Amino acid sequence: MWGRLQAMVVKELWAILRDPRARIILIVPPIVQLFVFGFATTLEVKNFDVGIYDRDNGAASQEFIQRLAGSPNVGRIVSVHSPAEAREAIDGRAVIAVLTFEQGFSGNVAAHRPAVIGALYDGRRSNAAQIVAGYLDRIVADTGASLAATAHLQPQDGRSALEVSHWFNPNLDYMWFTMPGLLVIISMVSALAVTAQTVSRERELGTFDQLMVSPLRVHEILVGKMIPPLLVGIVNSTLYLIIIPNLFGVPLTGSLPLFYIALILYMCALIGVGMLVSALSMTQQQAFLGSFLVMVPLILLSGYASPVDNMPGWLQVVAEGNPAKHFLIISEGVFLKAMPAVEILANTWPLAAIAAVTLTASSLLFRSRME
Amino acid sequence: MSATTFSWQRFRAMLVKESLQILRDPSTFLIAFVLPMILLFLFGYAISLDPTHIRIGIALEDSGAPALSLANSFERSRWFQVTGRRSVATLEDELTAGRIRGIVVIPADFSRRFRTTGEVAQIQVITDGALPNTAAFVAGYAEGVRASWQAAQLPQAALPVALAHRYWFNPELASRYFLIPGSIAIVMTMIGSLLTALVVAREWERGTMEAIMATPIGMPEFLATKVLPYFLLGLGSMALCTLLAIFLFGVPFRGSALGITALAAAFLVPSLGQGLLVSAVTKNQFVASQVALLSAFLPAMMLSGFLFEISSMPRWIQALSYVVPARYLIPPLQSVFLAGDLWGMFARNIAVLLGFGAVFFTIAIAATRRRIA
Amino acid sequence: MDAPLACARAVTKRFAAAGPPALDAVDIEIAPGRMTGLVGPDGAGKTTLIRLLTGLLVPDRGTVEVGGVPATAQDRSVIGYMPQRFGLYEDLSVIENLSLYADLRGLPPAERPENFRRLLGFTDLERFRTRLAGRLSGGMKQKLGLACALVRTPKLLLLDEPGVGVDPISRRELWKMVRDLAGEGIGVLWSTAYLDEAERCDTVFLLNGGRLLHAGPPAELTQRMDGRVFRVYAGGTGRREVLERALNLSEVSDGTIQGASLRLVTRTQGAAPTVDALQVPAGTRIAPTAPRFEDAFVDILGGGPPGTSTLAQRYRTIPQSGEPAIIASGLTRRFGDFTAASNISFSVGRGQIFGLLGPNGAGKSTTFKMLCGLLTPTSGNGQVAGFDLRSGRAECRQSLGYMAQKFSLYGDLSVRQNLNFYAGIYGLAGGVQREAIGRVVDIFHLQSYLDTNSGTMPLGFKQRLALACAVMHQPPVLFLDEPTSGVDPIVRREFWTHINGLVERGVTVLVTTHFMDEAEYCDRIGLIYRAEQIAAGTPDELKQAAAAQAGLKDPTLEDAFIALIEESDRKREAA
Repeated sequence: MWGRLQAMVVKELWAILRDPRARIILIVPPIVQLFVFGFATTLEVKNFDVGIYDRDNGAASQEFIQRLAGSPNVGRIVSVHSPAEAREAIDGRAVIAVLTFEQGFSGNVAAHRPAVIGALYDGRRSNAAQIVAGYLDRIVADTGASLAATAHLQPQDGRSALEVSHWFNPNLDYMWFTMPGLLVIISMVSALAVTAQTVSRERELGTFDQLMVSPLRVHEILVGKMIPPLLVGIVNSTLYLIIIPNLFGVPLTGSLPLFYIALILYMCALIGVGMLVSALSMTQQQAFLGSFLVMVPLILLSGYASPVDNMPGWLQVVAEGNPAKHFLIISEGVFLKAMPAVEILANTWPLAAIAAVTLTASSLLFRSRME
Repeated sequence: MSATTFSWQRFRAMLVKESLQILRDPSTFLIAFVLPMILLFLFGYAISLDPTHIRIGIALEDSGAPALSLANSFERSRWFQVTGRRSVATLEDELTAGRIRGIVVIPADFSRRFRTTGEVAQIQVITDGALPNTAAFVAGYAEGVRASWQAAQLPQAALPVALAHRYWFNPELASRYFLIPGSIAIVMTMIGSLLTALVVAREWERGTMEAIMATPIGMPEFLATKVLPYFLLGLGSMALCTLLAIFLFGVPFRGSALGITALAAAFLVPSLGQGLLVSAVTKNQFVASQVALLSAFLPAMMLSGFLFEISSMPRWIQALSYVVPARYLIPPLQSVFLAGDLWGMFARNIAVLLGFGAVFFTIAIAATRRRIA
Repeated sequence: MDAPLACARAVTKRFAAAGPPALDAVDIEIAPGRMTGLVGPDGAGKTTLIRLLTGLLVPDRGTVEVGGVPATAQDRSVIGYMPQRFGLYEDLSVIENLSLYADLRGLPPAERPENFRRLLGFTDLERFRTRLAGRLSGGMKQKLGLACALVRTPKLLLLDEPGVGVDPISRRELWKMVRDLAGEGIGVLWSTAYLDEAERCDTVFLLNGGRLLHAGPPAELTQRMDGRVFRVYAGGTGRREVLERALNLSEVSDGTIQGASLRLVTRTQGAAPTVDALQVPAGTRIAPTAPRFEDAFVDILGGGPPGTSTLAQRYRTIPQSGEPAIIASGLTRRFGDFTAASNISFSVGRGQIFGLLGPNGAGKSTTFKMLCGLLTPTSGNGQVAGFDLRSGRAECRQSLGYMAQKFSLYGDLSVRQNLNFYAGIYGLAGGVQREAIGRVVDIFHLQSYLDTNSGTMPLGFKQRLALACAVMHQPPVLFLDEPTSGVDPIVRREFWTHINGLVERGVTVLVTTHFMDEAEYCDRIGLIYRAEQIAAGTPDELKQAAAAQAGLKDPTLEDAFIALIEESDRKREAA
């Protein structure tokens, strides 16, 4: 039994290490993805361009415009001279927002009458627009406060009344979120691709019959098939655990042994999913498309693309069945939050449960489709 | 290739063959119809970048009336769902576990300072920075709640200047309004590049290419018959997605059928060209699928401005995004839904797309020729 | 002779600048109205030559002309080409494939009904018009491939190994169809690994390593063997040992088993091997017999391998157990309401070769798969090496060696890794494993390939590796599923030398094959047709039965095969 299993495992390892195509898929995409997506997938809004329609041209509006131009997040300030031009600038995506200072704005401010700045946003990019609105609010509030202070209307000492502290990520560096998330996503993609392909490939090449007439038992074949994706997942993740803190400066604060336990269970759950796809496909093409079809919802429901909290309640329940959702919490926790063991375990047991279900289901399906 | 003249008979026969294969191949069905449904469904329901009812905790260390009134304001806010008032220590654990995304601390001397000095005492907001987007929203919304409470309590201290926000095209600020049109671009990328790459690679792999090449059919004719059915499939899938978007997900459609068709048709040109190129360069379906995924699908998803603002990316990635055809489709596609037919913008993007198409097709034809020799 | 329809003059083609050329200064001519054969061992350059004639490849040097113009410039509709894999779309039906090629070749619509009727009639595919090509049997696919190549009658028909993996009946039908076409004035180039087909061609070109070794009527080559071929009526039991001794004699260049007798080829004319040299009982009849093209083919390539199998020499002796090594009793398998194998029963004694023969799709693969545990029988049972198929599955698997139809080892793994893997899964470990691997490496001369990916080796070495993997654990029973499909005669001889040797050590062999000369090596044959076993017996018994039924005189095994199947059809129709 051990001899057979060992031979199976060694063969599976060689199979992924020697096949140049498999090597490319295991090495190139994960690294490219980490770098490109690490930088690209940010929901921050920087360097945005703002249009100004200044019908006031007074001291207060100039003050605002200068403050705006001095803000690090604002890219260019574009002057527009009519509502039509403002519209055109937004339509053509030249700017994400246009601020309108009506005539008499500066006068109102000086007289301490309520003064309103009109802000128009490009709702086609509503998320970015909202974030920009937040920035503009802050700039306006700061400017307004200092104008008020000069008018001795508010005895503030410049301190904001709201003291905000962002835990785990004090500067809200988006990459601190992206990197632990990419670890979860990319290790999923490689694990699923390797698993789904491993059985269908043997079927297509005809080597599967060779395995079936040998004394190998079904569970030995399955265990053998689990090894490559498991190993790929562990190697990729380890690589990331080294690269992410050292190259991208994301803190790694939590318990590594617990992380690895969760990682192995996460991989097992995904391998079960991949095996299901593999058992259902007759060709490599079907296996590839099948795993792709499974991968998309797993990624989108993981909390990486958008927080699970934002989903409707019933979908949050569905997301509980997604191993990536649980492992993402663990990954973020271990990187940023120094998550205590109790919390890690609370997210680990669902992984174990999902793994048990998918592996059992796949081995049952596997047996029934053996012929 | 021998010099052959175009024959309508051959052309029609290949089209019929290709269409029959499309109809009989389950993977075509999966990519052209099941995948769009899944994507639309997920972007319609699952993906939302608009946090409402963010779970926060309030640590109320003061029991005075102003403090209670402020806490009430937080509880009433549509942005927050306050999970109860507890001690900071308990809430900190909850925050670490990810069960709440923020803590509002109203300090012990809040009411005293408010009453005695008339000064607004500081409150503290702690956010879960592990989710930076949500954290930024928590901070922003908390400031909003505090400011409006203050304005109500101390009208004389209100800031003289305010922004009046108006969102054009999408006043409800529903992120699905821009995500769903974007996902149509993803679906068309899958059909144009991935599916085409797979089917042409399959002809090489199964040896039918050799038999076809030994018949009088010419290379441009062959490629045209490969491309045309997938072009129509792409348009069909786009139409399906558009109808679902409008009638199932209620995305406004302010442009015209002509506008969206023109955009989709222009986009399919580079997309199909890329698919042909991938299949001509790679030798088999497996590699073709991986290359198509990496060179077409992922860039369309990540580098097109679909989910992430291109202007926020580092310069070198911005430069990279200029060669992603989807980059030129997504803005006009979002416009045709939300803003209407902006023909000036459409024309610019269509021209770029067709330019890419010409380049891809030229290389694809040359590469296919070389493979036969 | 007419002016050639197509010709290649001094054609050289290289694929890698450094390596040897795939074709080296080859001249051939294809005349209209004649069957031109193209033969040669694996890697001889046959497919390259055909692709040059289709115009798909351009020669490095020399000229290739079809109908007086360069092949690349010729109107493609005058060339009918059937590639090795037929070029059919598996997800299109018979009629859809045919229509596609009709349009691609520009068949005028008015001629379509008549042409289709003729082609479907003559390929007997009328009944299957709407069946998907992927669901046709090998023989039917081949006929459809031919029909597609012929849909608009070409002037030149190029067929690349149309007979690989196809049963004798279909092959014979195909031959007849093409022969008739040649009669109408078409030029035909028929590339083949079946030398009986080559023998029937009008002209044969023999390629080896890219060079042309012979051009002319096959009889020219065969004639050189006159007086060098003898039959030795050695009798059933000791024939394998006699063959081994004979092949080890320096004067014998080649030999095969034919039922109970041997067929030997000597190096010199007229010198019949003596009773003494062969160590057969005095009075054993040794008589000259007519040479065949295959004799000449093997001879021109340097003769067959020696008679002693080094594999068998170093194989354990399988102990006598007194009971049959393989038993099939009433094996039946149904897929839905389709019965693929019905009530198949036979038993094979220790140290015997049992051959399963039958047309494509008749049920022999199903029977084979049930016995090696790939399919569970719907009813009936069997035994392998004394273990029950149902209750002793694991033990069965441990006691058998399996060699699949097509090369199915891990092509991306090196030879060493494949050997390690197969040794490991059959439970060989440590020193035993090292010893077993060392042994097969030595026997099959795999030393220089140990670190090569097995998928990139020449076909002959793949074949050796596959056999090596199947026998490393020295199983008492071997299952061979069309083990030599597409392999040239020289490699096949080496293969059968090993099999014969192993059988002498007590190994029991179950084999399926479409090569009737290989079936002659079997001790007994079961003929499966339409899911049933319609005949069983020794090769000679089957020949006699066919002779009696069909009134044939001295039939070959192929004649017998066909006669028995036709007889079964007649009975079925009568019933």
